[in-house]
Amino acid sequence: MKPRGDGGAADGKKCRRSWGAAPALLCPDSTGDTTGRDPLTTLTTKPRTAPGSPVTATPVTPTRLLAALTTRAKVTAHPRSPHRCPCPCPAGTLADRSDATVVRHADTVVKAHAPTTLPADLAPRLATATRHPDLLLPPLAPAPVALHGRLVTFWPYGTPVDPDDPDAAPWEAAATLLARLHRTPAPPGLPPMRGPAKAAQAVARLQETVPPAAGAPVLRAWSALPAWARGEAPMPDTTTLCHGDLHLGQLVRHPAPDGAWRLIDVDDLGVGVPAWDLARPAAWYACGLLPPDEWTRFLNAYRTAHGPAVPGDGDPWPALDVPARALTVQTAARAVTKAAAEDRPLDEIEQSLVDACARMGSVPPQLPSSSAK
Amino acid sequence: MQCPKCHGQMQTYNRNGVQIEQCANCRGIFLDYGELEALTRLESQWTQPAPPPPAPQAYPPAPPAPAWGAPHGGHGGHGGHGGGHYGGHHRHKSFGHMLFSS
Repeated sequence: MKPRGDGGAADGKKCRRSWGAAPALLCPDSTGDTTGRDPLTTLTTKPRTAPGSPVTATPVTPTRLLAALTTRAKVTAHPRSPHRCPCPCPAGTLADRSDATVVRHADTVVKAHAPTTLPADLAPRLATATRHPDLLLPPLAPAPVALHGRLVTFWPYGTPVDPDDPDAAPWEAAATLLARLHRTPAPPGLPPMRGPAKAAQAVARLQETVPPAAGAPVLRAWSALPAWARGEAPMPDTTTLCHGDLHLGQLVRHPAPDGAWRLIDVDDLGVGVPAWDLARPAAWYACGLLPPDEWTRFLNAYRTAHGPAVPGDGDPWPALDVPARALTVQTAARAVTKAAAEDRPLDEIEQSLVDACARMGSVPPQLPSSSAK
Repeated sequence: MQCPKCHGQMQTYNRNGVQIEQCANCRGIFLDYGELEALTRLESQWTQPAPPPPAPQAYPPAPPAPAWGAPHGGHGGHGGHGGGHYGGHHRHKSFGHMLFSS
């Protein structure tokens, strides 16, 4: 779950109008009735814009699902007097994307997972969070419920990282949580971590929607990656517990507002190559988006906590290179797709990702040494 | 005493314990035997105790980065440090822009 919206305007997952139909078609209860009489319309069109709150351009969730989620959140937050109105609690839509809709009411957050989520995959992921509340935010209920054709889970609200305060980013906490997660035995039956599959999705979407010339450097870099990193073959590590989608929106303090940092969003959690979880900060550093000292803080904290993804000292790049390339390609693919959809040129930061993809062509991917599992 | 050059009037000054004569007219200076050496010695004593000029601020070695990284991304192979997009406004922009997205 994500008890906050994505502050990052470049979030490629954020739904565009062209995607909007998919959840509705998959929702058996949807009648296409989206007339304005629903009192929750304001929630869908004007999400809160307080710090750490979402800015969601286009509502993608069927109104009835959003209404149902809002009611569930309120009932869960106020089991004794759910119908007392008006309610002064902080509440609103934290995320509204094709792959997740997240609604908060006071200390309760309700998440509708992607329409394609399989119960057999989500259940062991939820169970892992329940079993390791010192690493992952534990759900309020151990099992999802079905609501308007979507799997829905319930979570405590946690305070997110402030996107407006780079100096307060919890690099050490993030790295330490990952190191401990990677050292935790994975429960049996946990599916593979979904990092490579998500990268493949982003590249497929680029190929579907953008003229080949615009995406050429990104696609060339993608084609040079090993099959496992493209989601086309099993990963070389099938036992290490991984988060699968680490970024700064995946950390919250619980209990709010100043509890310990915890990882959130178990949708991509699974077994796989743990370097994938370090690879997004690594890619940001490589592309010049993350200062060297913050990357060093993150990497050193991971090593101090004996994380197994990289060797304890020396050059970590033999282990990080392939995942960092894949995440650079994924982020670049989403940036190019988004810019094309908005009919605008790439901004400076998006261009730096594409430039990195172009440079990858002249340097073959590194293979991890045997010590750098 | 008269200036040997312009015959102006010389005036005596004490500089760091050394008596020197300066012409009030042409500003020329007359030194007695040994006074030049005394001044030179005083000058060297003045500068020696001072700390040597500070070496250029050494940057911490940039952590390793891949060869495909940004030219200013801190990669030792490119010999770069600093730069990138992470200064001031750029840092803030990239932070909010990318670091919170899947």
